[in-house]
Amino acid sequence: MPLFLNEEQSMLRDTARDFIGDAAPPSHLRGLRDANDPTGFSRDLWKQFAELGFTGILIPEAQGGLGLGHVEAGVVLEEIGRNLSPSPFLSTAVAAVAALSDTPHAANVFPGIVSGDTVAALAIDEGPKHRDHIALRAERAGNGFRLSGTKRFVTHGHIADLILVAARTAGAPGEQAGLTLFLLDRDRAGLSADAHRLADAGLAADLVFDGVEVDADAVVGEVDAGAVPLARLLAAGRTGAAAELLGVGAGAMDRTVGYLKERRQFGQPIGSFQALQHRAAHLYSEMEVARAAVLKAQQLLDAGDAAADEAVSVAKAMSGLAATLAVQEGIQMHGGIGMTDEYDIGFFMKRARVLAEFFGDANYHADRLAVASGY
Amino acid sequence: MSDLATFRAETRAWLEENCPPEMREPVRSDADICWGGRRFQPSSPAQKDWLDRMAARGWTVPDWPRAYGGGGLSPAEAKILREEMRTLGARSPLYSFGISMLGPALLEYGTEEQKLDHLPKIARGEIRWCQGYSEPNAGSDLASLATWAEDAGDHYVVSGQKVWTSYADKADWIFCLVRTAKESKQGGISFVLFDMASPGVSTRPILLISGYSPFCETFFDGVKVPKANRVHHENKGWDVAKYLLGHEREMISGMGLGARGETALIDGALKAIGRDEAGRLADPLLRGQIALFDIRARAFAAMSERFMDELKAGQAHPAQPSMMKYYGTELNKARHELVMAAGGSAALEWESERSHGGAKPRAWLRTKANSIEGGTSEIQLNIIAKRILDLPGA
Ligand SMILES: Cc1cc2nc3c(=O)[nH]c(=O)nc-3n(C[C@H](O)[C@H](O)[C@H](O)COP(=O)(O)OP(=O)(O)OC[C@H]3O[C@@H](n4cnc5c(N)ncnc54)[C@H](O)[C@@H]3O)c2cc1C
Repeated sequence: MPLFLNEEQSMLRDTARDFIGDAAPPSHLRGLRDANDPTGFSRDLWKQFAELGFTGILIPEAQGGLGLGHVEAGVVLEEIGRNLSPSPFLSTAVAAVAALSDTPHAANVFPGIVSGDTVAALAIDEGPKHRDHIALRAERAGNGFRLSGTKRFVTHGHIADLILVAARTAGAPGEQAGLTLFLLDRDRAGLSADAHRLADAGLAADLVFDGVEVDADAVVGEVDAGAVPLARLLAAGRTGAAAELLGVGAGAMDRTVGYLKERRQFGQPIGSFQALQHRAAHLYSEMEVARAAVLKAQQLLDAGDAAADEAVSVAKAMSGLAATLAVQEGIQMHGGIGMTDEYDIGFFMKRARVLAEFFGDANYHADRLAVASGY
Repeated sequence: MSDLATFRAETRAWLEENCPPEMREPVRSDADICWGGRRFQPSSPAQKDWLDRMAARGWTVPDWPRAYGGGGLSPAEAKILREEMRTLGARSPLYSFGISMLGPALLEYGTEEQKLDHLPKIARGEIRWCQGYSEPNAGSDLASLATWAEDAGDHYVVSGQKVWTSYADKADWIFCLVRTAKESKQGGISFVLFDMASPGVSTRPILLISGYSPFCETFFDGVKVPKANRVHHENKGWDVAKYLLGHEREMISGMGLGARGETALIDGALKAIGRDEAGRLADPLLRGQIALFDIRARAFAAMSERFMDELKAGQAHPAQPSMMKYYGTELNKARHELVMAAGGSAALEWESERSHGGAKPRAWLRTKANSIEGGTSEIQLNIIAKRILDLPGA
């Protein structure tokens, strides 16, 4: 498979670019923020995503979806990133769908995702950094389990219809064995959500599980073997976040290069200054390399290739590094206007920071790659 | 099995059988490299076997037409061959400016006669080529070159000086830029080929910081060059020069790819430094640097694959080789800094047996040229800024 988009994928990209650019450009995010909107995204927009089929992009056709892959999901995510559109697409249509695929839950949950009625949240992290350190306990109780502990940085956690929770049914924090993944609805006794607004104007919740009771059929996959669906969730989520980061970086870079051509100082466009040309060209190079890494991970995931896991870490880390550079150079090369709230470039910096942290930052993934490579 | 799957299986089997074990080890030093040419002395029987076997199949230049000594492989087949060679750790059977630079230019601009004359010899490693581009006053500003070719009817008489001519003293032939008109800078250059044994050619090696002396000052004093040796039209040599530079940059960019991932770097570091109780490289800061480098190196490997795919599909931006060259060479320099840091004092030994004749420090020093040769990093960034990002001229 060549490492560039095929014709259908390019067409999907054009559709997504037109639609998202129209329906949810940065001004949409700005509007939500200015209104101090309590949801964090637009339910209306989510419905429109459903009408276009986007919400079912990874869901098999037999279950009402488009039956496409991570490359296609990434195409949509890149446009979401480019436009800074707040959306539960990554958590719901990508990560949750990957976790639930080929499990009995799919039949119950996928129709709601396809129709744009369901939003899912991912309750994975327990500290301020993404780590393989799951301590939240799930003790056997009657016919089911009782969950106690706290999760952090759960985007849409306060309004999601469904929550995927990684819990420990055995073993010690840090171990892969003894994990169990649960799927529950939000309206549960003992579950409270405390949402915080983040730097990028999105909302993420701390979820406190105070003896939350679930039935045995809330288990996704096998008890004590939650690492399996969790790995699917994380691989899809990381790759998706990488694609979105790519979009954020590309959006920032495009604006910056445009500004270099337009802004004049010393009687000439600032883009004619070699110091800036070289930095822009360097940024372009980093972004292209990141783009290749992300597509590689998507293709390997779609092919079910054993090399996918390492490629996913490369993609997440590299897109984080490139997008971080893009937003930093973006603000600097815009000069004073780049620091104003009125100008959009600052929004790119904030979103890149959030996404860089989501599912593990570049250092986390570099360490993960090192461990996988035996050093 | 699909045709490609069959091709892969057969290729793997053939390589397994025909690639000598010694040729599956990374190249250690300059002396270890097979450059071919009239004066070529194989460093081992294995090296000679490997070249002969690959050349017999046309696999030194797998995607050239068979008529010119190539393998006639499709882009997909050539990619499979590359992948299988990489999996096996097989060395390139032949390093050659003929393959990576002159060949593509002749395929594009040469006459049928020129192709039939030169390409098969390149493919078999019989003639070693050098590149006569740079001059003392024409480096980054290459088009300001002054070596003069006087029109003498059926031939030119060439006089002038080149510099930084890699392996000029070891090469058999030179592809050379000469000035055939003085009125126009870029429009007065012609591209000619001639034998380095021609009367009037002399070379003087220059010692480098690596202690090697692979490049030369090259002098032409009334060298007679038949006009039949001119590639493309008179005064249109700049087109050929630029086309060739694209391929040179592509070739140099490949240096940013570790032969077998980063295993050599990582193994070296583990050997020198050891592991902590958790089994990790016992220098956490160096480990972090290596890991972040590993991320970039793997991402660049994906970029190289993408670039090749786009190139073959005719979708690559014509200035993309500049990006590849820039990124790949900066990466390779970073790799060798890490190799040196990981090796510590053991990586510093210059002439010892233990250090394989200073293989590490010499290789480290050699990489510093990567961002200079074939057009400096600054020149590549200029090209990206102007031709890809469309930024205004100063
Ligand atoms: C190992 C090695 C092998 C080589 N092999 C060959 C060979 O086989 N044949 C051959 O013909 N040549 C060869 N070269 C020459 C090589 O192509 C030139 O060295 C190169 O193009 C740079 O030219 P220069 O050395 O004259 O440097 P200069 O052009 O003098 O550059 C000096 C510095 O100024 C910077 N600079 C120059 N112009 C600009 C600009 N417009 N904007 C910003 N910065 C600028 C450069 O980037 C560099 O940092 C080789 C060089 C090396 C190091």
